[in-house]
Amino acid sequence: MTVILGQTFTGISIGAVLLLIALGLSLTFGQMNVINMAHGEFIMAGAYTTYVLQKSISGAGLSLLVALPVAFLVAGALGALLEWLLIRRLYLRPLDTLLVTWGVSLMLQQLARDIFGAPNVQTRAPDLLTGNITIIGGDDPLTFANSRLFILGLAIAAVVALSLTLRMTSLGRRIRGVVQNRDLAEVSGISTERVDRTAFFIGSGLAGVAGVALTLVGPIGPTMGTNIIIDAFLVIVVGGIGQLKGTVIVAFVLGVLQSVLEYSTTVSVAKVLVLVAIVAFLQWRPQGLYTLRTRSLV
Amino acid sequence: MTEPTAPKGTTVVAEWVVKSPVLKGCSARAAAGFAAAAVALFALAPLALSDFRLGLLAKYLCTAMVAVGICLAWGRGGLLTLGQGVFFGLGGYAMAMHLKIADAGPGNLPDFMQLYGTATELPWWWRPFENPLFALAATVLLPMAVAAILGSFIFRRRVKGAYFAILSQALTAAFAIWLIGQQATTGGTNGLTDIQGFFGYDLNDPVNQRMVYFVIAAALLLLIALARQLIHSRYGELLVAVRDSEERVRFLGYNPANVKLVAYVVAAGMAGLAGALFVPAVGIISPAMIGIVPSIEFVIGAAVGGRASLVGAVLGAVGVAWAKTALSEEFPAAWTYFQGLLFIVALAFLPGGLASLVGIVRRRRAARAGGEPSPALPLGEAA
Repeated sequence: MTVILGQTFTGISIGAVLLLIALGLSLTFGQMNVINMAHGEFIMAGAYTTYVLQKSISGAGLSLLVALPVAFLVAGALGALLEWLLIRRLYLRPLDTLLVTWGVSLMLQQLARDIFGAPNVQTRAPDLLTGNITIIGGDDPLTFANSRLFILGLAIAAVVALSLTLRMTSLGRRIRGVVQNRDLAEVSGISTERVDRTAFFIGSGLAGVAGVALTLVGPIGPTMGTNIIIDAFLVIVVGGIGQLKGTVIVAFVLGVLQSVLEYSTTVSVAKVLVLVAIVAFLQWRPQGLYTLRTRSLV
Repeated sequence: MTEPTAPKGTTVVAEWVVKSPVLKGCSARAAAGFAAAAVALFALAPLALSDFRLGLLAKYLCTAMVAVGICLAWGRGGLLTLGQGVFFGLGGYAMAMHLKIADAGPGNLPDFMQLYGTATELPWWWRPFENPLFALAATVLLPMAVAAILGSFIFRRRVKGAYFAILSQALTAAFAIWLIGQQATTGGTNGLTDIQGFFGYDLNDPVNQRMVYFVIAAALLLLIALARQLIHSRYGELLVAVRDSEERVRFLGYNPANVKLVAYVVAAGMAGLAGALFVPAVGIISPAMIGIVPSIEFVIGAAVGGRASLVGAVLGAVGVAWAKTALSEEFPAAWTYFQGLLFIVALAFLPGGLASLVGIVRRRRAARAGGEPSPALPLGEAA
């Protein structure tokens, strides 16, 4: 029993990391249909921000707290810059955007290698987050790592903040308007260009926050973003674009599925099985779990 | 298959097709170009290049074979497949498995299995590859079968565009991870290494290496001819039509899913053959050659040269592969920046690739001569 609970919790914490990364993508991919392969390198930028801050601020707890907003700003600024330089020229060519941003991600990785060196670096987790919480004691104990719980909390906070922003603020209304009908939004007097850039800033900033979270569970390296980004894209593909609830549900489902399958088979077989499950799911719902209903053909 | 099922609209499409500028590719010029390529590959290159350089060229030509398929699927069909590594790998592993068994000799296990495997006999799924004919057929048919199954699932439900690209990339990631995980039977991260013989020929002998080069060059020319026939057939026009306006083709009574499926499956077969010939040329196949990064590198060559142009895609693939060797040996960091820039410049600012420059120059010249400039076409212009 405790094994199942433990695997489920591991799955939920994998899901939380996926969710943090996919949230940003749900804005950039969901809103603008832009596949930003450099999203993974924005995660890396957030992680290295944490690393740099910890070098200059002595307390691990304080530096982590400072890192969250700073990483958001750093990654967000990178994202806005990328949007302004390249992506806005490519809005009608999503596939080309994918390859262009892949080129950007290659350059950012090399930049990180040149600045911080090729080997991975580590940050020190604050004392509060290094221990475990014991849920069930005794011979067959069930423990949750504090850092994993923190990431879960962070993911939930990010979802709440993002959905409140989308629902309550005028910026959120404009973003939703542009997602639902770009032309109508444009003729209604919304500057879609500005909305796009803001949405890209927020989406990329969330990648930075995810990067801070990742420093708690793994090393920081130039290629840390590359592998996880594909899983995050799959979350969006399966969840459906334009709505947050699909992203949230699918992130946790895929996380738990991966963890349970890993337990019953091996890591590599689990990867393959998850992909098969996704292709099968898309047979049933090719547009993802939740979609915006439109009358358009494509 | 793709034979039109709709009587109505066929004439409309036919008319539309005849007016399309793609068909203006003059066949005498194509034949001359083909002959020139054959002379360059079979006479000039072996004379001018050292054995070492010729071996490298053989490797580049394998990349070019994948690019021919990408030109068809992506350039013509709009299917950005970031998973050609899977098919390249299937072909490569099918070939390498046979060669490993042959190297080991009858009754013996391949060397790496003796090293880490607990198995005392060949795993069941290795057994069929003992037969050279089966292995040869599998290098092409296995990737095609996988592509057919996967593609029919994906295209039938109209999963397309970016979704397709991401799925294909996830596929290649999963395949590489799976190969690494099965160390005892696939060689894991190392892959299948140290291949000595090629159907009885010793690969350490430079003469036999030359023979492998000639086989690769011939295969490349064959694939180019095949792709050219496809592109200039009615099917090729239909493929472009699906790329540019899928819904319109559907309303005309065709099934775009089948049209795309054929391009995807053919591209997979080409990648499989490339992988199979890559193995004797290089002597190794490993997950590092088929993962996400190499799969996307296959695409960049075609993109730089011109995705919709066969000549452009092939020259682009060879050029980029050559630049990688030339630059990355001495300045690995500079190569990565250069490669990133290539992606950005080629796709953001020159989406038709270098091949589209020919068209641009020709239009400029026509405009200067006072003639009416022909309209700029988005992608299909360079043939």
